[in-house]
Amino acid sequence: MSEAGAAAAHDAHAEHHELGFIRTYIFSTDHKMIGRQFLFASILMLIVGGLLAMMIRWELAWPETAVPFTSWISEPFMYPADEDSAVGAVEGLSEYVDPYPGANFAKSLGSVGGAHMDPAFYNSVFTMHATIMIFFVVMPFMVGGFGNYLIPLMIGAGDMAFPVLNMLSFWTAVPATIMIVYSFFVEGGAAAGGWTMYATLSADPTLSGVDTGADLWVISLLILGVSSLMGAINYITTVVNMRAPGMTWFRMPLVIWSLFVTAILLLLALPVLTAALGMLLFDRTMGTSFFMPGGGGEPILWQHLFWFFGHPEVYILVLPAMGVTSDILSTFSRKPIFGYKAMAFSMMALAFLSWIVWGHHMFVSGMNPVLGTAFMLTTMVIAVPSAIKTFNWLGTLWGGNIRFTSPMLFALGFVSNFVIGGLSGIYMASTPVDIFIHDTYFIVAHFHYVVAGIIFGMFAALYYWFPKIFGRMMNETLGKVHFALTYIFFNCAFFPMHFLGVGGHMRRIYNPLQYEFLHDMQWWNVFITMSAFCLGLSQLIFFVNFIWSLIAGKKADKNPWEANTLEWTAPSPPGHGNFETTPTVYRGPYEYSSPLVQEDWLPQDRKLGPEAVTASQ
Amino acid sequence: MPRGSAVAAGPPDSQPSTHETTEALVAVPGYGGGPPPPSIPRPPVSNARMGMLMLIGAETMFFAGLIGAYVVFRFGSPVWPSGHLYLPVGITWVNTAFLLFSCYTMWRAIRCIQADQQQPFVRWLAVTALLGSVFLGVQGFEWVRLVHDGLTISAGMYGATFYTLIGCHGLHVLAAVLWLGIVLVQARRGKFSPQHLIGVEICGMYWYYVGAVWVVLFPLVYLN
Ligand code: HEM
Ligand SMILES: [Cu+2]
Repeated sequence: MSEAGAAAAHDAHAEHHELGFIRTYIFSTDHKMIGRQFLFASILMLIVGGLLAMMIRWELAWPETAVPFTSWISEPFMYPADEDSAVGAVEGLSEYVDPYPGANFAKSLGSVGGAHMDPAFYNSVFTMHATIMIFFVVMPFMVGGFGNYLIPLMIGAGDMAFPVLNMLSFWTAVPATIMIVYSFFVEGGAAAGGWTMYATLSADPTLSGVDTGADLWVISLLILGVSSLMGAINYITTVVNMRAPGMTWFRMPLVIWSLFVTAILLLLALPVLTAALGMLLFDRTMGTSFFMPGGGGEPILWQHLFWFFGHPEVYILVLPAMGVTSDILSTFSRKPIFGYKAMAFSMMALAFLSWIVWGHHMFVSGMNPVLGTAFMLTTMVIAVPSAIKTFNWLGTLWGGNIRFTSPMLFALGFVSNFVIGGLSGIYMASTPVDIFIHDTYFIVAHFHYVVAGIIFGMFAALYYWFPKIFGRMMNETLGKVHFALTYIFFNCAFFPMHFLGVGGHMRRIYNPLQYEFLHDMQWWNVFITMSAFCLGLSQLIFFVNFIWSLIAGKKADKNPWEANTLEWTAPSPPGHGNFETTPTVYRGPYEYSSPLVQEDWLPQDRKLGPEAVTASQ
Repeated sequence: MPRGSAVAAGPPDSQPSTHETTEALVAVPGYGGGPPPPSIPRPPVSNARMGMLMLIGAETMFFAGLIGAYVVFRFGSPVWPSGHLYLPVGITWVNTAFLLFSCYTMWRAIRCIQADQQQPFVRWLAVTALLGSVFLGVQGFEWVRLVHDGLTISAGMYGATFYTLIGCHGLHVLAAVLWLGIVLVQARRGKFSPQHLIGVEICGMYWYYVGAVWVVLFPLVYLN
């Protein structure tokens, strides 16, 4: 705790000591501690998910060669490198591997503790990569972590509406997380049906060859659904009921709007997944056949239920990043956000539309073409609120007094990636186009520009609120280097996937070289893999910066970014109960460069008398 | 210049930035000074009620998912035995009456505590809990009979949808009864009063909800 914070909140501090270690750090009901718990848990899982991605990339660039540093993984997942014959090596494959760039490099690196990946294990790896990234990284980071940390602070409340429920929400997410990681170690390995777990592959253990692992996947997500439900109830109630005096709906920061809308989506979308998962679990364990045509079931029903949840889910992932971006762009442009109300309403429009577009994931699943056309139209309408947001972000930057800090750079990175991902979304929304590119690398490129692009929003949030959360500044230079490398390698890794996709490269394949028509494009795969490795390595800069700043970063003031929102009026880090006195809010959150005051910021809780107005004239 | 142009772009809700007089500026909401902030009065819906309403919203989506699946199978199957063929429709009518009557007794209980009539309050709560338990007991008893007759969860789509839907509802009734049990104990200790009855009220909300779900499920599953 910083000097200022400790002094200001010494009462609260004393209370902290009374609570003892366990109540303060483990079973804490303080939203700030719970937020940090979610934050650290998701950063750990980010490492896991990231390493899995590296394994996928290795396999695609240099198929069926030894993957370095994996010999510690036991059979039947990885086979010792010398047993070349153990893995069903397709006849004559090595002939294709050698001529490609980096093949020698790959061979020599593969000899460092390398082992061959079993094709079935590859399925587990990409399934778990996606599952972990979506449910155990982006959701807990943005919604669990920043949602918890920011909502009470930014609306001027002392804590959440239901602090105990909040604690339970974290402690139900923990067993779910442990279970999903543990599923790697059970017999048969982890779930291998893709993160979408389409039936029938998922409904009958004999089809994917994974039994317990997939059960654990289902149960883990069922538990996580309960955790999210508790979180959503808490967030909505807090935002509706606990706002400080003067904090009207349209004085709320956009990040709070985004988290509020996200919570509504969570509340209503997750239970649908729960229902579907329940039926799936019965199919797997109780002998029903909801999704098995053999017993009269309907595999397409799974897809409908899954995507009815799934599309709102992608907005659950992306909306908080949009909110964070809006706040950061305004702060560092020293300008009010352009079109505040349009920003808030476009988020509501996105949330509403996300319920009526799910069929765009099923254009080739055998849907009535009339229905397909309807889904095509509704999906295209999504481009309207998305464009409103994008142009308003640009309008915010326009003519601003821009400060290129690391959070600002990451926020800009998010916007630029979202534009690319949003545009490719419109391609796929068009049924005739999607029939061609469905399930290819084009879609992989698309959703990485949006979903993986959220990582930029996450970093923006972390760099921006780090001083508030931990009371210390992060190193700006390292932050900028981190941004530059991440931005370059992100685009090098994901942009060429569009070319592969249009060339017909399917997603979810173990060895692209099995297909003769893909040989010409294999060097793109190598390029992408190299870029992905560099992207992964660049994150080391972040980890160094993060840990170093935690321990020895420069002490942060209350308001290091000269921002307006309420959290910056509390000490860094805020003590128990957040504010010394409940703040009173006099204006919206984005009053930058106001003519009323000398400084170019005007905090929401600063009371101005008519004198101030006259003085400034 | 950036500063000036920024102002021209204006804060949210702003008017053009050419205010001549102090009063004009003060009247602009975004610019501070302005009217005193409306202090937020006691929220119209209390936290606990709000939380319960949202739980009910989520539960509705959950049942909507299951009912959607049921409807797909029920109306998509070329043959679907009528409920009357397998299910104990007669006795379930009686059971439905029990559950609906329990909603009435719950309502009476809440009316009593609002009037600070402790004795009748506890009595009506106890009747409610009893009716709920009877509903569960009858359901359980019928299930045993059905399984005995060969209608198991794995015996085809009919059994699968029946047990999943009705079983999920049963679990909700069970949760409601257990919760009501706790409330009943608290009530006997005199924990509730007209000023302090939110614990009963939200339990009641859940209880009504579970009854309402049954009003949808019973005709859907048993009566056609
Ligand atoms: C501009 C608005 C967007 C449009 C028009 C759009 C459209 C689409 C379409 C049509 C598909 C189906 C492609 C296929 O299966 O062949 C798709 C898939 C997907 N989208 Fe989007 N999308 C948009 C925004 C987003 C956002 C913001 C996210 C996430 C944050 C996202 C995440 C995904 C994911 C993860 C998939 C993959 C589904 C799979 O596994 O097949 N999309 N999108
Ligand atoms: Cu979608």
